[in-house]
Amino acid sequence: MSVRVSMKVNGKPVSAEVEERTLLVTFIRENLRLTGTHVGCDTAQCGACTVHMNGKAIKSCSIVAMQAEGAEILTIEGVAHADGTLHPMQAAFKENHGLQCGFCTPGMVMNALDFAKSHPSPSEQEVRESLEGNLCRCTGYHNIVKSIMAGARAMAATK
Amino acid sequence: MSTSLIGARVARKEDYRFLTGTGQYTDDVALAGQSHAAFVRSPHAHATIRKIAIEKAKSAPGVLAVYTGADLAAAKVGGLPCGWLITDVKGQPMKEPPYPPLAQGKVRHVGERVAVVIAETQAQARDAAEMIEVDYQPLPAVVSAAKAKNGPALHEIAPDNTCYVWALGDKAAVDAAFAKAAHVTKLDFINNRLVPNAIEPRSANAMYTRADDSYTLYVASQNPHVERLLMTAFVLGLPESKVRVVAPDVGGGFGSKIYLYPEDVVVTWASKRLNRAVKWTSDRSEAFVSDAHGRDHVTTAELALDKNGKFLAMRVGTTANLGAYLSTFSSCIPTILYATLLAGQYKTPAIYCEVTAVFTNTVPVDAYRGAGRPEATYVVERLVETAARELKLDPVELRRRNFITEFPYQTPVALCYDTGNYEATLGAALKIGDVAGFKERREQSLRRGKLRGLGYACYIEACGIAPSNVAGSLGARAGLFEAGEIRVHPTGTVTVFTGSHSHGQGHETTFAQVVAERLGLGMEQVEVVHGDTSKILFGMGTYGSRSLAVGGTAIVKALDKVIAKGKKIAAHLLEASEGDIEYERGLFKVAGTDKQKSFGEVAFAAYVPHNYPLDKLEPGLNENAFYDPTNFTFPAGSYVCEVEVDRETGATQVVSFTAVDDFGKIINPMIVEGQVHGGLTQGIGQALTENCMYDADGQLLSGTLSDYAIPRATDVPLFKIDTRETACTHNPLGVKGCGEAGAIGAPAAVMNAITDALGVKDLPMPATAQNVWRAMHTR
Repeated sequence: MSVRVSMKVNGKPVSAEVEERTLLVTFIRENLRLTGTHVGCDTAQCGACTVHMNGKAIKSCSIVAMQAEGAEILTIEGVAHADGTLHPMQAAFKENHGLQCGFCTPGMVMNALDFAKSHPSPSEQEVRESLEGNLCRCTGYHNIVKSIMAGARAMAATK
Repeated sequence: MSTSLIGARVARKEDYRFLTGTGQYTDDVALAGQSHAAFVRSPHAHATIRKIAIEKAKSAPGVLAVYTGADLAAAKVGGLPCGWLITDVKGQPMKEPPYPPLAQGKVRHVGERVAVVIAETQAQARDAAEMIEVDYQPLPAVVSAAKAKNGPALHEIAPDNTCYVWALGDKAAVDAAFAKAAHVTKLDFINNRLVPNAIEPRSANAMYTRADDSYTLYVASQNPHVERLLMTAFVLGLPESKVRVVAPDVGGGFGSKIYLYPEDVVVTWASKRLNRAVKWTSDRSEAFVSDAHGRDHVTTAELALDKNGKFLAMRVGTTANLGAYLSTFSSCIPTILYATLLAGQYKTPAIYCEVTAVFTNTVPVDAYRGAGRPEATYVVERLVETAARELKLDPVELRRRNFITEFPYQTPVALCYDTGNYEATLGAALKIGDVAGFKERREQSLRRGKLRGLGYACYIEACGIAPSNVAGSLGARAGLFEAGEIRVHPTGTVTVFTGSHSHGQGHETTFAQVVAERLGLGMEQVEVVHGDTSKILFGMGTYGSRSLAVGGTAIVKALDKVIAKGKKIAAHLLEASEGDIEYERGLFKVAGTDKQKSFGEVAFAAYVPHNYPLDKLEPGLNENAFYDPTNFTFPAGSYVCEVEVDRETGATQVVSFTAVDDFGKIINPMIVEGQVHGGLTQGIGQALTENCMYDADGQLLSGTLSDYAIPRATDVPLFKIDTRETACTHNPLGVKGCGEAGAIGAPAAVMNAITDALGVKDLPMPATAQNVWRAMHTR
């Protein structure tokens, strides 16, 4: 059975006919061809698929597209400014070498953006705990932690 | 430019695309006429296949084709080759059983590919794969290395499941040394099986073009040229010129993406059969049963010492589990890359190591970050620390008594270390890790109900495997050089083509730093291209921490040729003798005068050769080079780990980790530090959390990221790291390699710290809360 789903992704209304079982991440990657959102596991462990739904970070592998009907979705492609300038959190990842292969990075950034809203000046431990649902195999988290601490402060400063 | 780019913390060129979601990984590639493959995998560890019923699947919606091993056999698709021939103790070649891309009548591990379904969509392919009924006759299985010899035979050619028994070193000298030893320390180890788990799952997307009978394969690979060579020459019998392999952005490798895998072969072959683009992307559960695993050794090791604590000899016996088939480089890991490292940083005069490599009903085992060297370091550094405790000596003092201090140093296990300064890294690690303050910290921990322990590891590794002819004499079936090309454009910008591959290491930045510095250009004038056989002349790829030492040197050699030709052009333009031209910071100058031409002017003259010595010199400014190293490089370092163990639960936390490494010259310290952080975390993962477990029937118990615990952010501390530079003596950059160090040194440091905290001699990895609790309560 197929069903029509409609939502707003990165500020743009989108709509498509999909199978009912289509995961939100599949809809984003395959129907919308927004391939910055990644799939790194099949048990909701790695967080590479993290996007924002109505302002909250969620794992887009863990809901079907239908559940996002009418929602506002933000993916990594919608984070930088329109002129291409990096968002302060993205810039902090670059500045602090918070990424290597880049595969987990979109999920890390999306999770960090949500976390930073409520933690304008987080401690190292708070950041580590915020990464409970995001796996990275390259960085040993060291520079991701530093990136998020710096990015959160930069976001707070530009408010 | 006033400041040097060498040693500078240059932000990475590649970051922008990764941070904005515009990287392109293999699964992001959508080709015209894209179809999708799903593999039917064996649920049994060992079984004969009586029948495969495919009719229902074939007529399922969207299905384009179903293929089994019979189709591949009929098309004369070969088996996957092994890239290293080990010769056993009796001078016989190792046993090389066939490794068919799809099972031929028998399956030998859970996850082995039995059939493939290709359909219009991924969902249709997966739905149809579930309709295939395979009638299996299960057979008894063997999973552990220790039981393999007496277990049911996997392959006809190896009735005792033994691939080879191999040895290195002087057994008689070792036995004699043990006979006169004042003290012998003996330990039995299990080096736990690991699953690499790069966060990007493997993916392969093949396209066939009928117009010119050519193929393009996008694949998550660390070495696209090797993938092409193995696939065309050994499996599909195709001309290499007809196959383009592209490894675009690759989301981590750690060894697991070095190899030629059956899925890559099958989608490539099927793309022609169907005249369609065929994509397969692994899900994580498939990755656990199809990506090559790492480690899995069972070892007994002994260290003989004299009454002064001088090492006399080391004796090591290892059984290495190779899994069900020989993966691409599996055979050289527990031999050439393991036994040769058993001297470590020490003047042990006699070493003997015997390795029995066995087949079991498990996923094939191959190189995983460190590849043999972590296993060797674990043996050496656990033995040394344990010997110190038994002799009531400070482990630092025991190491110092035995450090190699004069170079070059010929070890008794084949390697010749060109340079090193082990005291320098150890001394720095003691200071940075504040070892002097440990006693006080231990008291503080105790007051909080925690046992605190401190452990060391002083590792050495051998990187940039070479020279090719020596490796060839030891069984390598491939060259171990690297290729590079410098293409200077008419306007003076430069594109660098390297046969190395970056899947997180930042080559686009580091290599550009090297080129920009040497040519005196800005970073923005240099682009680095890698990962495409149609663009790059040749390549051996990235593994064994070789990219800068071998690939970087090839680039430097090509640069030297560019500058040499540029001098000829400049001499003509400046009406001077070639011998009088000097190149400095982007300028060709006539020595002792103010006459000069910029790099851009010379490049322009090379491509617009109006005023040009056409009678003596070809136009253009484009040079390539191949570099075959004269020796390994030998990075080394000293690690100090502190752990706290909860006395109630056994839960163990790494609370401090100090790493001081000597990687030779460093181009970009920011990137090097990142490599160390990641390596350390994988090493800590092996020691504390990661364990690939099979049950006795060969069912994988740790088959998802819910069951197999790769470290999370709360499992590791902020690392205290530093470097010391002893330049490599035999490459022009003086570099050694840094990618694997952390994973090599960390497990021993962590386990030395835990055994110190608990006051026990040994403990199996991983030191989970359960294992630690058990050790505390069975003393």
